[in-house]
Order: sequence, then structure tokens, then C-alpha cells
Amino acid sequence: MAEKLTLKQEFTKGILKENPTLRLVLGTCPTLAVTTSVTNAIGMGLSAAIVLVCSNVVISALRKVISPKVRIPSYIVVIASFVTLVQMLVKAFLPALDDSLGVYLPLIVVNCIILGRAEAFAGKNPVLRSALDGLGMGIGFTLCLCAMGTIREILGNGTFLAGIADLLKVFGDNVFGGFNGFDLASHYPGGVVPMTVFILPAGGFFVFGMLIAAVNGIVERKGGKKAREPDCAACPMAGSCAEAGKSGAPKGEDCAVKNGAKAAAAEQAGTDGAPVPAPGTREGGEVA
Amino acid sequence: MNSEKLLTVSSSPHVKGPTTVRGVMRDVLIAMIPAAIVSVALFGFRSLLLIAVSVLGCELSEFAVRKILKRPMSLGDLSAAVTGVLIAFNVPSGLPVWQLLIADAAAIIVAKQFFGGLGHNFANPAIFGRIVLLVSFPQAMSAYPMPFAWRVPVAVTTATPLGTISSLGVSGNIADAMKASDALPGLWEMFLGARQGSLGEVCAAALIVGGVYLVIRRVISPLIPCVFVGTVFVFMFFAGHFSLYFALYEVLCGGLLLGAIFMATDYVTSPTVKWAKVVFAVGCGAVTSVIRLWGSLPEGVSYSILLMNILAPSLDKLFYPRVFGAVKEKKKKGAAA
Repeated sequence: MAEKLTLKQEFTKGILKENPTLRLVLGTCPTLAVTTSVTNAIGMGLSAAIVLVCSNVVISALRKVISPKVRIPSYIVVIASFVTLVQMLVKAFLPALDDSLGVYLPLIVVNCIILGRAEAFAGKNPVLRSALDGLGMGIGFTLCLCAMGTIREILGNGTFLAGIADLLKVFGDNVFGGFNGFDLASHYPGGVVPMTVFILPAGGFFVFGMLIAAVNGIVERKGGKKAREPDCAACPMAGSCAEAGKSGAPKGEDCAVKNGAKAAAAEQAGTDGAPVPAPGTREGGEVA
Repeated sequence: MNSEKLLTVSSSPHVKGPTTVRGVMRDVLIAMIPAAIVSVALFGFRSLLLIAVSVLGCELSEFAVRKILKRPMSLGDLSAAVTGVLIAFNVPSGLPVWQLLIADAAAIIVAKQFFGGLGHNFANPAIFGRIVLLVSFPQAMSAYPMPFAWRVPVAVTTATPLGTISSLGVSGNIADAMKASDALPGLWEMFLGARQGSLGEVCAAALIVGGVYLVIRRVISPLIPCVFVGTVFVFMFFAGHFSLYFALYEVLCGGLLLGAIFMATDYVTSPTVKWAKVVFAVGCGAVTSVIRLWGSLPEGVSYSILLMNILAPSLDKLFYPRVFGAVKEKKKKGAAA
């Protein structure tokens, strides 16, 4: 990290700018698997968020005790303990959710987001910051799952929040008047049926790709860094490029490849001259 | 001034062939006219409506997405029109118009333009559109009106011959069981198109006429269609206990000829090297046969083409031709030691 973020930024970065699923592209497997309904998405997101906050706090508190050589097994032990706790609680109080999440609930142990935050953040930062980071990331994950679940459930199944009564049971029976989601398909005009493809894996990938594109667009418009900006190490032209291997990455106009790509892009855009983001504006550090 | 003009040389290519994208696509459209006429004769004017709507839907999607992405307009190259007609050819005549429009949008926007437009699409857009429909609206996509049903007030929808064959479930002499079944049209009727099916797939004769036109105009080479159909024929010949009747029937069934002639030959999504083309077509035929014989779906042409589309670039790499005169580089043994 080039400069220290404020505590508030530490919390909010996980929601959009460094959203774990949409910007860091971690935890893709549960994201695609459980988002066939919003209820599942909320259950999965909150379970993962609870584990994330708890494990971030414990790992951060123990960061000076854990030897770097055995840090990964130690992290896994901590994470697995919390996942077991959450799983037992869900089994006891929300058996229906446990049924619908199936194997993905215990699989939170190997969720890349949680191990990734432990490795990249909690192992190096104080407890309060780690807790805020975990909370932000957890909320970001939950929001992403809910967004995907909403799109997929409405388009693919014609319902919204179906089966939510299973989750609301935590607050007591019939607190919300037995509310169990909306059945939108029954209000559709005659002959209109939901598109099954959206609750199939293929539809999950469509929605995931679209959401990544949308969030990248929003973040870039806000002045964040581009999602993927190749440097010399990843460049296929490095072998024949005169600039490659010189001290430091070639900045802006020096890079022949980028200029070539820019010219091609400008040509393709015609006289319109679509604004090509200037290379070299990349921010200092990158999260590991 | 004059000498300056003489000495200024533009960059290559200096000689251009007369073939253009627009010309190729126009030929493909012409080749599809016989099948379109037959579909109108068999399924009534609703099939004409579906074709027109589908072409419009594709062109509009192409226009909208290129406008939004600020890419140069490409409506003139007719490729979206070809996709539109092909998608309409792949649906039953009773399909609701809004479902057809969803397939058009999915094909053009998701499969074609998101990957960079014509020449960059990883799969044939029409195949993609058909599969989106197939998995989204399985009911509407399997309700096939009887041919000439538009003349009678109450339309009856039934399974296609392929569906009927798989529901026969005979393991012994399938050909005799098929000849005895009332629900199955004879071979001659299958060839002329008097059977249930998608708009464009029913009439083998019209499709072959279109295919021959394309081969004569040198738009497609007969390699992929012949090997594709041949593979299915051989496969079915053995699967049907050496029954010529069964093998021929399977060739005329479903969307095999439509897929082999018009969709597996797409330049963008099929290999360019000769032997890669052969493997591509054999793969299409084998996957189609396997799905038809042992899959849960009655028809597998679209899935087989989609699968082989994805493999096409790898096949091209595998069969990359040796440059004339070049010597294959020997593996350096023990060089690292």
C-alpha cells in the first residue's frame, strides 16, 4: 500500500472498488452456484461475511505469534473452526437453508475470499482495520450475490425472494405475516414465461460477466484504476520491443505496443476519437 | 506532381479479389430461399412472419449494440440478416415472436458483438441463439405443428420424427418397427419435407439445392457437409444393425442437413486447414450421433456444432501445415544438461 487508507476507506473499499467477486474475481464457485435465488444468496453471503470478520480478527490478533512458515495451515485451522460453528448454527436454526446451500456451506473453508483476505490483509494489519476490512468485503460479497440472485431469480424463475420465510424464521414464527416472497410470473402477461437459462450454470456465467463489466465501468468512470493493464512482463511483444527490459516500466508514450494499440483503437473508433485511457496513470501498489 | 504520385506506393495488398463479405452473405441468403419457400408452403404465412421478424430483430440488435459501443456500422454486410434467417429456420412455426426476438438479441449481442463482431465470434451466433431458446423455453421449442396444419382450424402439435424414434425404444430391428409405425412419415416424405420440424430443416431437397448453389458459387467447400453427414450415416448404419433404411432416415431427420450445410460451414467458427476441417466435421457427426442414440435429448446437431466451434482454433493449430521447404525443428535432447 502506497498510502494508508482511512478507517472508513478500509471499510468501503470492499463494497465496490475492491469488491471481492466483481473486482478481485475471487470466490467465483459459490457465486455461480448459489445465486439461483435471492434467499440462497443472502444466506451464503451472510454466512461467509460472519466467518470472514471473525477469522480476520483472530488472524490479525495472532499475526505476531504465527510463524510465517506455517501461516497457511494456521489460517485454515482458524477459518475451519468458524465455518464449523456457522454450519452448526445454520443446521440448528435454519435447516431449510442448510439443505439448499448443501455442500457450499462447509466449502466456505476453502473460499478464496476468506483465505485471500487473511493472507493479503489480516496477516499484516492491526485488529480494528482487519475487522473493518472483513466487514466491508463480506458486505461486498453479499451485495454481489444478491444482485446476481435478483437478476437470475426474476428472469429465470419468475419469483423474487422466494423461500425467504425460511430465513425470517430466525426472528420468530410469523413475525412478518408469513411473507414468503413474490410470485412475479403469475402477473406476467399471457404466454410470457421465465427464461430457464438464467437459473442454469450458463446463465450464471452471463450474469456474472455482465456484472463484472458494469462494475469495472463504474469504477473506471470514478477514476479508479483499470481492471487489467498489461505491463512489459505480460506483454507478448516484449522479445522484440526495444523498450522492454530498460529500467522500470516504459511510461506512456515510450511503449511501442501501447501506442500501436492506441492507434488501432483510434482508427476503429473512426473520427469519433473515443477517449483512450492514458497508459502510465496506474496507481502505485497493487494488492497481493 | 505526377511523378510524386507515381512514386508513392500504398501498403499491401495491392490486388484484391472480387469476394466481399456482403457478396458471400448475399449468396448464403439466396441459397436459403428454396427452404424458406417450402417452409411457407408447409407451415403457412406464420413462418414468413417469423423469418421477417428474426431478420429485423438481428439487424436492430446489431445496429443498437454497435451504436452504443461506438463501433462503425456494419449493417450493410448482411451477416446479421443471415443469422436472422438461420435462427428462424431453427424454430418451430408456433414459437411466440417475443421468444424469437430474445434469441436474436442473444445471438447478435452476446455471442457476436461482445466478442468483437463478425470474425471474432467464438461460436456461430445462430447456433447460440437456438441453444438459448432450447434451454430457456423447452416447451415452446418442442411443440411442432403438423405440416399443412395451418389449413385446418385446430392445430395439432406432436413430436418430431426423431422424438418418435427415440420413444419407440426398440433395441432389435429398428427399421421394421419404424416402417410399421403410423406416426412416422416414409423416406420419400422425409426427403421432400412433409414432416414436423423447424421451419428450415424439414425439406432435405430444398437444403441440398441451396448447398449445391453455394458449392457452385464456391462460397463453401463440400468437405465439411459431406464428412459431417457421412459420419452420421456410418454411425447410424452400425447402430441400426446395418440397416440402410435407418441410416438414411437419420440423415434426413432433425436439423442435420441444415446444420451441416449452413451452420457448420461458417468461415469464422470452422477450421481453415483441410485436415482440421475433416476432424471438425467427424467430431460434429460423432457428437450428433451419440446425443441422438444415447442422450436424453432427441436431437444433438446444435450442441455438436457449438462444441466443435469451440475446438476449431485448437484443431487449426494441431494441423498447421508445414511451410514448403521448411525442416521440422529437432527436439534438443540433453541440451539443458
